[in-house]
Amino acid sequence: MLTRLVPVIGSRRARHIVERNFEVYRSQWLMLISGFFEPLFYLLSIGIGLNKLVGNLTVGGRVVSYAAFVAPGMLATSMMNGAVIDTIMNVFFRLKITHSYDSILATPLDVNDVALGEIGWATGRAAIYSASFIVCMILLGDAPSWWVLLCWPAALLTGVAFAGVGLASCTFVRSWQDFDMITLVQLPIFLFSATFFPITLYPRWLGALVQLSPLYQSAALLRGLSLGQFSGVMVLRAGYLVVFGLVGLSVAARRFARILTP
Amino acid sequence: MSERGQGGAPVVVARGLTKRFGEFAAVRGIDVTVRPGESFGFLGPNGAGKTSTMRMVSAVSRPSAGELTIFGLDPRTHGPEIRARLGVVPQEDTLELELSVRWNLEIFGRYFDLPRALIRQRTQELLEFVQLADRADSRVDDLSGGMRRRLTIARALINQPEILILDEPTTGLDPQARHLVWDRLYRLKREGVTLIITTHYMDEAEQLCDRLVVMDHGTIVAEGTPRELIDAHSTREVVELRFDDDGDGDASGDGGRVARLGDLAERVEVLPDRVLLYVDDGDDVLSTVHREGIVPASALVRRSSLEDVFLRLTGRTLVE
Ligand SMILES: Nc1ncnc2c1ncn2[C@@H]1O[C@H](COP(=O)(O)OP(=O)(O)OP(=O)(O)O)[C@@H](O)[C@H]1O
Ligand SMILES: [Mg+2]
Repeated sequence: MLTRLVPVIGSRRARHIVERNFEVYRSQWLMLISGFFEPLFYLLSIGIGLNKLVGNLTVGGRVVSYAAFVAPGMLATSMMNGAVIDTIMNVFFRLKITHSYDSILATPLDVNDVALGEIGWATGRAAIYSASFIVCMILLGDAPSWWVLLCWPAALLTGVAFAGVGLASCTFVRSWQDFDMITLVQLPIFLFSATFFPITLYPRWLGALVQLSPLYQSAALLRGLSLGQFSGVMVLRAGYLVVFGLVGLSVAARRFARILTP
Repeated sequence: MSERGQGGAPVVVARGLTKRFGEFAAVRGIDVTVRPGESFGFLGPNGAGKTSTMRMVSAVSRPSAGELTIFGLDPRTHGPEIRARLGVVPQEDTLELELSVRWNLEIFGRYFDLPRALIRQRTQELLEFVQLADRADSRVDDLSGGMRRRLTIARALINQPEILILDEPTTGLDPQARHLVWDRLYRLKREGVTLIITTHYMDEAEQLCDRLVVMDHGTIVAEGTPRELIDAHSTREVVELRFDDDGDGDASGDGGRVARLGDLAERVEVLPDRVLLYVDDGDDVLSTVHREGIVPASALVRRSSLEDVFLRLTGRTLVE
């Protein structure tokens, strides 16, 4: 079953895309390091500032510090931003500006290998950044229990799902101006996904809308895991992210093929 | 002759090969056979369908209709196997500008699954072959157009391809840079590499191609060696006359003159900036022109070229 599926979504040659991106990034070490420091800055600024201001709050009948409440939301946001920048910006650059993929497709690699490779790369990147984020959470005392380790696979799922949708969006971008459109979508998602405060603070109609946001679903899932508050809803949240990512990926694969091999 | 000699089975066979983009047909049912070791050209003006053809022959773009085999394999089912044995120099350079010359070659070797030690060795050899060894660690950004073109050629050779496909290899290069590229292509040809070249320069086609097709509007209008094409479609020599008749407007303004010139030549072409007389003995005809009292601003006698063949077949010039 799996062996029959693999040639459809790409071959082992896809790993050369990961290798390529890794080498390109190695020469841009500043960008790599900023990826590590970003979560640390988030957590520190919240820990020092907002945490004092807001104090503790009650989540699911349990009192937690604001930093412990908000950290999973920040992790979800960081996964979304990382995936969006990496896929939309960089893939657009390779697709339309440097035409890297055109030269790659003249080698044994094909369009599916390229798409699979980019997703693989996004996954690897998300794995490293989410791990470093979780380590920071633990070190700064923002993780109430060791359940926080379960945040790692969930953060990965978030990263991959957003990478899939990012890849799909990237095929619709015609010029740099269109990136404003993406910001226009990304910003409200960021601001209205109950990442900073509990969803119960929203008016009821807005709360219902927020449920649709994949970022909210990810933040809520990560928060549940981090606080060790498990429920059946979490399966639904994860499922929502899986569907979100798969829709993105299938759109991306189709549009990639149409653009690269007209 | 070696295995790669001209005698072997054809390496590319196209029958009724067609490429459509929506309603528009860029390539309209062409028949082409390329034999191993030969250097085969596609000559045609902008929009003739050369690049569209090259992309199908590179096993990248799918034919819309017709048959195509490369090394006897169907690109629809054996794309990766075919591409592993091809080298492609695209019309536009697609190098990674922010990375080094060496890196651009090495990563390409990885796409072909070559072992790293072999890649390092070939990279060094290829850098020397295209005279870029001293620029190995430069960013591609800092290279001149001619150097980038050579790097693109080196990159296409990393897998030691049996066929090298070059889409306008020297467009935009200065004469010196062109000759350097031509020289490297001769060497590859001597080593037995099959070359498939597109160009809209007739001199390039005459220099490089054993055999060529003339393409126009997605179809093949003639096929043969450069010599055969010239013999079949043009005269031995051409007299080019320029007139600067302000009063009459363009060169064709003086109707009587063109008619009189027509009597002297096998064929006359009136272009916006000059009149071409197709003749066997140019000097002889030119002196007759002078005797007839026709005084051109300048006159030139030259041998027929593929440009004349193209003009004859399509009624248009190659480079506008
Ligand atoms: N992806 C595409 N979508 C739509 N039309 C295309 C596409 N690619 C090429 N065409 C059209 O097909 C025709 C042939 O283009 P092609 O690039 O094959 O010509 P060419 O002979 O390589 O020209 P040039 O000398 O300018 O490179 C042109 O009219 C072009 O506009
Ligand atoms: Mg072209």
